[in-house]
Amino acid sequence: MRTLKSVLIASLAIISLSAQAQTVLIRGATVHTMGKDGILENTDVFISGGKIQKIGQNLPVPQDVHVFEAGGKPLTPGFFAGVTSLGITEVSAVEGSSDATLALKEMRPEFNVVPAYNPHSSLIPVTSIEGFSFTLLGAGAKGSIFGGQGQMVALNGGYESFIGNPVLFINVGQDASGLSGGSRAGQWMLLNQAMSEADNPPASNEAALLTRAGRSTLSAYTNDGKVIFNVDRASDILEVLKFAHNYELSAVVSGGSEAWMVAKQLAVAKVPVLLNPLSNLPGNFDSLGSRLDNAAILNAAGVTVIFSGAGAHNARKLRQMAGNAVSYGLPHEAGIAALTSNPARVFGFTDDQGVIRRNKPANVVLWSGDPLEVTSVAETVIINGELIPMESRQTKLRDRYLPQNPDMPRAYIKP
Amino acid sequence: MRLKTLLAMLPMLLIVLTGKVQAEAYPSTYSPLPSEATLITHATILTGTGERLNDASLLIVDGKISFVGQGDAPEDVKTIDASGRWVTPGLIDVHSHLGVYASPGVKAHSDGNEMTNPATPNVWAEHSVWPQDPGFSRALAGGVTSLQVLPGSGNLIGGRGVTLKNVYSNSYQGMKFPNAPHGMKMACGENPKRVYGERKMLPSTRMGNMAAYRAQWISAQRYVDDWAAYDKKVADGKDDAKAPKRDLKMETLAGVLKGEILVHMHCYRADEMMTIMDMADEFGYKVSAFHHGVEAYKIADTLAENNICGALWADWWGFKMEAYDGIQENIAMVDRPPGSCAIVHSDSSEGIQRLNQEAAKAMTRGNLVGMDIPPERAIGWITSNAAKSLGIDEQTGSLEAGKMADVVIWSGNPFSVYAKAGQVFIDGALVYDRDNPDYQPVSDFELGQLQGVSK
Repeated sequence: MRTLKSVLIASLAIISLSAQAQTVLIRGATVHTMGKDGILENTDVFISGGKIQKIGQNLPVPQDVHVFEAGGKPLTPGFFAGVTSLGITEVSAVEGSSDATLALKEMRPEFNVVPAYNPHSSLIPVTSIEGFSFTLLGAGAKGSIFGGQGQMVALNGGYESFIGNPVLFINVGQDASGLSGGSRAGQWMLLNQAMSEADNPPASNEAALLTRAGRSTLSAYTNDGKVIFNVDRASDILEVLKFAHNYELSAVVSGGSEAWMVAKQLAVAKVPVLLNPLSNLPGNFDSLGSRLDNAAILNAAGVTVIFSGAGAHNARKLRQMAGNAVSYGLPHEAGIAALTSNPARVFGFTDDQGVIRRNKPANVVLWSGDPLEVTSVAETVIINGELIPMESRQTKLRDRYLPQNPDMPRAYIKP
Repeated sequence: MRLKTLLAMLPMLLIVLTGKVQAEAYPSTYSPLPSEATLITHATILTGTGERLNDASLLIVDGKISFVGQGDAPEDVKTIDASGRWVTPGLIDVHSHLGVYASPGVKAHSDGNEMTNPATPNVWAEHSVWPQDPGFSRALAGGVTSLQVLPGSGNLIGGRGVTLKNVYSNSYQGMKFPNAPHGMKMACGENPKRVYGERKMLPSTRMGNMAAYRAQWISAQRYVDDWAAYDKKVADGKDDAKAPKRDLKMETLAGVLKGEILVHMHCYRADEMMTIMDMADEFGYKVSAFHHGVEAYKIADTLAENNICGALWADWWGFKMEAYDGIQENIAMVDRPPGSCAIVHSDSSEGIQRLNQEAAKAMTRGNLVGMDIPPERAIGWITSNAAKSLGIDEQTGSLEAGKMADVVIWSGNPFSVYAKAGQVFIDGALVYDRDNPDYQPVSDFELGQLQGVSK
């Protein structure tokens, strides 16, 4: 049985390591490369200079390297935390600490949440020590169909940890019908008008939906820009496909409760789906078709599936959610891909992330067991080649309150 | 006073309270569905009482558990070979809003929070329950056999909760757990003071919350006294005995003071829970369970000493200020002291489907800090401890001879993300079978939807 003391000593050891050792050798892992090499048994991974330098068996052990003996445990790329407000919200109900939503009553697609990102948010270590190394910052807007723009960010606590290009969020369907005069047909009317303004600025005496900045933002997306449509109903998803085709947008469906009903069309259009694999209730009339094997059906049809929907604070729940998708028919490796290589490729715009491959940035997690299992935990997390200290505000609260009957108030226990 | 004793006194208390024997209002019409004697063999059984039995049998006769353990099986009953599978008591969720915030979550289904007055002990959640909520079927597929449906937390005193058997019926009365005591929902902290503070009403602060609860308890004490004086006059044969006017609010609160109705209190912060315990002492009632209790780990010893359960989440936190100090070891730390009563609750139509997974996460976090919690203990968080807090532990929540045969056969170790409830029995009747669509209920709402879509 591990004692508190040994836990504390173990975490201290990792803190001191992170200060110096950026050269790491993980030995004897089951490596999920998420690439063409598949799963490599009993394999070593050597990390130095922020990159994966070598992958192989019985790699030499250089001097001054920190060695982790994996003993066959799984090593995966760092996980995707979903579309979240990590770093742009601290306490959801505390308005001044939440910057993910714009409440202007006009169309401002140029709104971008990136300048609000705070890498020192307590949520970032809470999330990263659970094996999550990147997220897509989401943007929402009250009063507009355009949510605004977000971007992928690495959860290593850096100011400049952004990856790839911005993406635009558009809301259609029931949740957004209040934003368009109460009809979802009105949403398409307004969206078409906005797209037309982006191409042809309205005359000075014409009522305009967009600002000059808004037109320029939308215009930039019409050249294959990544646009995430929050949409659930099958018929609405088909409208999204038409719209994206008309304006040459690279669409991603998010939500997608009924995506399985149009899996074939999504596959043909090469449109990925971000989904919550636990959705199985008719939450509203757009999601009557919600089912637990949505991910399995989409994956089998050749649609790229990405998991999202655990929110910011409990983003760590995503791997449990992925495990549930696997228990409802998604192949295990596809479950891991939906949290690693798929989001990296779609939102990172390169194959640099979400894989374990030579010369690529070292974002890896060593797990105590199956990473999709509720009884497993992340044991070692490396983001951009750096060992993440395995502590957060929550582990400190835990370690403050674990000792029983202390002599002094717990305010004097400062783990 | 033990809950058992209180329950035994229930009929007597009703007499004391009302001065005459009164039939239970809105009585349960639940009766068990047809069942046959069933023997489950070669299972790994978690009894809910802390025991794990390997390669064991469980016999169901007449809707009750008749035998649990190793031994010779009778030959003339239906037998299920559960080799490689696990058997647990039916799961119990002590905090659900199924039926009162039913799916689809349209405004017309928003029936859980009577936010027109900060104290509404007069409302009963059961009068809002829509028995056609599709959520009941999803919870059943997750092994949930009983649940308490509570009003929401917008009010200081939200009203009465109801404990249901998870069976479909035309009425909530047909689901109502026979002889289960009512619960009463109360809420601490941010929600009530936000809802009423925004209307420039009491309460707008935590001290306002306390002042308003205390005023209610003072009225309730008077109500109890008035009825007692009346009862005495009747007993003494006095002709001028005049019954006090019935007051639905006071009836519920008096029921709490008399120990008939169990208090389920939404409370996040440790210091607030301590204040509430003092208030319970001031007015002589008992809190059955603190719900949500994101900071319960800070006062785990005190909760155990006061015999108060903590109905908690495995990892949800941070959505409001009073939930900022959440940790994943909360449940395990509340479970640690002797005499503790840790419960995993859902408060969610998704979470109720996976109470076993939530318990598995909490168990894992406890074990990582050296607590050594085996599955046979953790199962109590979603079975026997939950039953205790609802006052139904004499009838269900564990696999013991004589108890209701509320039983789940799992595909494997239920503390795994891949385990599924295969067969679910309520009072011995097979009400869910993952392998047989004939035993998979569909609510009226879902029938005939998405016609023409090939599933």
